[in-house]
Amino acid sequence: MSTSNPSLNPDENRATAGGEVKTRTRPMHTSASEKNQTRTRKSFSDWANKHRKWLLAAPAMIFTAGMLLFPLAWTIYLSFTDAQGSVRAEKNFNGGANYVAVLTDTDRFWPAVWRTLFFTGGVLVAQMILGMCIALLLRRSFRGQAIVRVAILMPLVATPVAVGMMWKLIFDPNIGPANYLLSFIGLGPYQWLAGENTALLTTMLIDVWQWTPMVALILLAGLTSLPEDTDEAASIDGASAWQRFWHVTLPLIWPSVVVALLLRGIDALKTFDILYSTKGRGGGSFHEVETLNVYAYGLSFDYNEYGMASTVLLLFFGLIIAAMLALTVRRGEK
Amino acid sequence: MRTSKAFKIFRVAAITLLVLFMLIPIFWMVISSLKTNVQIYDVKNAFNFTPTLENYQKVFDQANFGFFMWNSFLVAFVSTGISLVLGVPAAYSMSRFLMKRQAIVVMMARVIPAVSLLVPWYYLFALLRMVDSYAVLILSHMFVSLPLILYIMMGFFDGLPQDLEEAGQVDGLTPIGAMMRITLPLSVPGIATATILSFIFSWNNFMFALVLSGANTKTLPVAIFDFIGYASIDWGGLMAAASVVTLPIMIIALFAQKYVVSGLTAGAVKG
Repeated sequence: MSTSNPSLNPDENRATAGGEVKTRTRPMHTSASEKNQTRTRKSFSDWANKHRKWLLAAPAMIFTAGMLLFPLAWTIYLSFTDAQGSVRAEKNFNGGANYVAVLTDTDRFWPAVWRTLFFTGGVLVAQMILGMCIALLLRRSFRGQAIVRVAILMPLVATPVAVGMMWKLIFDPNIGPANYLLSFIGLGPYQWLAGENTALLTTMLIDVWQWTPMVALILLAGLTSLPEDTDEAASIDGASAWQRFWHVTLPLIWPSVVVALLLRGIDALKTFDILYSTKGRGGGSFHEVETLNVYAYGLSFDYNEYGMASTVLLLFFGLIIAAMLALTVRRGEK
Repeated sequence: MRTSKAFKIFRVAAITLLVLFMLIPIFWMVISSLKTNVQIYDVKNAFNFTPTLENYQKVFDQANFGFFMWNSFLVAFVSTGISLVLGVPAAYSMSRFLMKRQAIVVMMARVIPAVSLLVPWYYLFALLRMVDSYAVLILSHMFVSLPLILYIMMGFFDGLPQDLEEAGQVDGLTPIGAMMRITLPLSVPGIATATILSFIFSWNNFMFALVLSGANTKTLPVAIFDFIGYASIDWGGLMAAASVVTLPIMIIALFAQKYVVSGLTAGAVKG
């Protein structure tokens, strides 16, 4: 830098300026440009600092809005058309015909709704109860707790598709260890994923295995933040273990319970990977594990019924929002 | 508090059972991946076998999993990187200026069923001839990473005191300067948490790659399906493939346990 063109470098000029006249004129000139430069830099900095709220948030918001709002608007538009076949094919506005067709479809749509609700409700109840038991079990420190916490973390981080494949082998009616182990206590053999009536329950079992640790960890974090003395005070007052849990601990960690319910509820409604990896397209040959998400995926990418798929998706999205509101409203009451 | 001996025994038994229930399925997957198909079919002699790496050879040589692994890594790495650049400043701003409504818009991304976005994305990207490119996969994975990072980092910034920044400003730093020189260095644990979680979620993501990837960009979760034929399943190969997909993530989680847990439980305590 020090050897660069002097006229571009005011500091250099000032340092090497020899003659009287030069030092009189040049510094005048350089100080002006310096001031100018710092003024623009300063004004940009001022501007950036003043508007930092939006400047920092805008890129993320623009990205999300672009990826979210345009597709959402497009889906709403498609749900009123007969779009199907190729994405480039001509489509016609058909009013609410899709909605009528979907809402009167007792063959695929309504069973999928009930399966979605049954799956979500079932796994939520199981995961909340088991997760709470695990959290209470691990609450107080013990030797080897680091190993236990790593162990319960493993299902959580495992790739859901791989988990599906893993359980597909374990629950295989002929070569799976599940039936073999149960035969020792005189149970089975069960068809598990292969059975028309047991498939959905089996996928729920897999979901419980994978995600109960999540509930346990969230509740454990809630429990760890509690003061010990309230529990002890209640104990001294003669409250039983159940009373202490129900009247002291549970109300105190209720915010964590709601967070766990919300996070798990949203993801359980949208479960796809486990269902697709164990039963394939359409939720199996009898659609036995076809939830709304699987149904909408099939309509979109197996049958290319984009219009109908969009209708199903919007109704599904409505269901998710309704479930979230139901949970958060109750949270307000507490 | 006093605890009876019976309770102590019950507790140890319950914890042991829990650990076994969590780990045995994974263990079964891994030992099955080291068996021939004939040995897998013989469930009565499950532990009587000589381990073979034959299945892994198949996975890497024939099924080309090295390439899919690179795809998975590249997509997860780049989408996480860009999401951090966009997400961390946004989380800072939304936390400091209490932009609740704006945050909800971004969180919508977490709630909406992804299939409803895939149809328009597919349509748009097909028109732009971008399907089966890394760019599309990275963009779609960012859609998952960004809300996740935002959620974790907002919680983290909420917990950082503002006094330090104010002190820095008294000493002549601009607000942005204070953020860069004081808050960001303090946020390294939060950023580490967000990074690891975002990487894991991207690595595990299945649906976006199922639709938007092709022969050139296929990621590991989609590649597993190569081992399921119409008529029969190559169980040994399938278990080896599943192990290759999921074990790297488990190893990361093993070493970064603290961060993974704090990321997964973010927002649990503040209520």
